[in-house]
Amino acid sequence: MKQFRKMTYPYVVWIAIMIVLPMLLIMFYAFTKQGNSVMQFSFTVENFVRFVSDTVFLEVLGRSLRVALITTVICIIIGYPAAYYIAKCSEGLKMKWVLIITFPTWINMLVRTYAWIGILQDDGVINSLLGVFGIGPISMLHTEFAVVLGMVYNFIPFMILQIYTSLTKMDNSLIEAAQDLGANGFKCFTKVTLPLSLPGVISGITLVFLPAVSSFCIPKLLGGGQYVLVGNVIESQFLTSGDWNFGSAISLIMAIIIMISLYVTKKIDTTDVSERSAT
Amino acid sequence: MKKKKRVASSIGMGFLVLFFYAPIIYTIIFSFNDSKSLTHFAGFSLRWYEKMFGDRTMMEAVFYTIITAVLATVISTVVGTITAIGLSKSRKVVKTIVSQINDLPIMNPEIVTAIGLLMLYSATHIKKGFITMLLAHIMFCTPYVILSIIPKLRTLDENLADAAMDLGATPWQALIKVIVPQVKPGIVSGALIAFTMSFDDFVISYFVTGNGVSNISILVYTMSKRVNPSINALSTLIIVIISIFLLIGNVVPALTKKKPVSAVD
Repeated sequence: MKQFRKMTYPYVVWIAIMIVLPMLLIMFYAFTKQGNSVMQFSFTVENFVRFVSDTVFLEVLGRSLRVALITTVICIIIGYPAAYYIAKCSEGLKMKWVLIITFPTWINMLVRTYAWIGILQDDGVINSLLGVFGIGPISMLHTEFAVVLGMVYNFIPFMILQIYTSLTKMDNSLIEAAQDLGANGFKCFTKVTLPLSLPGVISGITLVFLPAVSSFCIPKLLGGGQYVLVGNVIESQFLTSGDWNFGSAISLIMAIIIMISLYVTKKIDTTDVSERSAT
Repeated sequence: MKKKKRVASSIGMGFLVLFFYAPIIYTIIFSFNDSKSLTHFAGFSLRWYEKMFGDRTMMEAVFYTIITAVLATVISTVVGTITAIGLSKSRKVVKTIVSQINDLPIMNPEIVTAIGLLMLYSATHIKKGFITMLLAHIMFCTPYVILSIIPKLRTLDENLADAAMDLGATPWQALIKVIVPQVKPGIVSGALIAFTMSFDDFVISYFVTGNGVSNISILVYTMSKRVNPSINALSTLIIVIISIFLLIGNVVPALTKKKPVSAVD
């Protein structure tokens, strides 16, 4: 079958240019300082030092991580029961629910986020409703609440679908066995269902946390100009202030944080599985 | 007790559906609003649709979005299929390295991929525009195609292509008549993912496009800085188109497909 091997060659060249080279460029820019001409550059760690020593940037990074974390937790809290509910439905209903959950994700993310601007405004639907009860108006747009809401709205379908998939893959006889052995409903859930659905939760976390950390259009649309996350800093370094070296350094820091968190979640996932198979 | 629980969870799911669909319904309603307000409905009108269809930049953005998505889907599906089949026959070292690199655009935050490409284009002095956007889309769509085909190839009998060639098929025939039909479900789902990824993309397009070329996402992003209800009209149009697509995609197979699902599932 060796004749088919050649079929990978074009793609190898392609990824070398389109994937590897850009990554190298980011690293190169991150560790250099702009000289006077194009060919003049000097290696430096100044860009990283600048990021770490500036409290403004550290604050932004902390805020990004916090928002992403809150988003992920909310997605699990809402998403898990929802996925559980769907997994317990009859076959026909399951498919309908999956369609209901996935349909909004097919619509452009920017379009869906834009819709929240009108809803959250001071004289928007929510505040009018609250006004009926004599509350408000509460300003929601351009707050962290709005940003988290937008992120939960955009990313929760991924969480639900991942958990749902792992729940439906589960062997139902395991629950029956647990019940036969005298476990009550709660124990059944904590000892059997939850551990077995954990891989789904973990892949859901990666699908929610990662885009949430790096998102820059949701904070821009719902958080307003003053609300800045890491993504916005990178954007402005590249598109407005034009400091590519510093922008590359921030991107590299973010990419490394994400790679580490991916590695950690993967590690948790695999150790969990091996522990389970060992006992 | 059990009934109570069921009612409670149904109410919860009701709220979730409301949460999911409120913005969509809101967009559709306000696209017919007679006033410029995003919060008060002042009567039915089609003026924002008129404005949208009369707006050249909006129509151009729609055009570029569709043409990019179609081209990126076709090219990445073909390239992805060829590569995935090639990879399945490659040595383990090649396989590991290529799939590791292949995972990079999926694992990396989009913005990192985007600035990488931005710098690549500027380093090579390629003028940013439609072509750069299309190349970028092909770049981030192909990994998804490959990833969705590889599992199907893994379940394939390794001797299948050999058998075909023993029976006198050329390698090309063995490929087209034997292997490709076997992995078709993977190719189709890969193409679907590629299309939605390309159609929805904002971050990467935003960084690599230029010269007045933009897609729907970029348009919404730049236009949202001031109140512009024609965005709602455009959104409604997208919602309607996608609903039709999904309806066709879900109803037609349900009507025609009575074949047993492959043993893999």
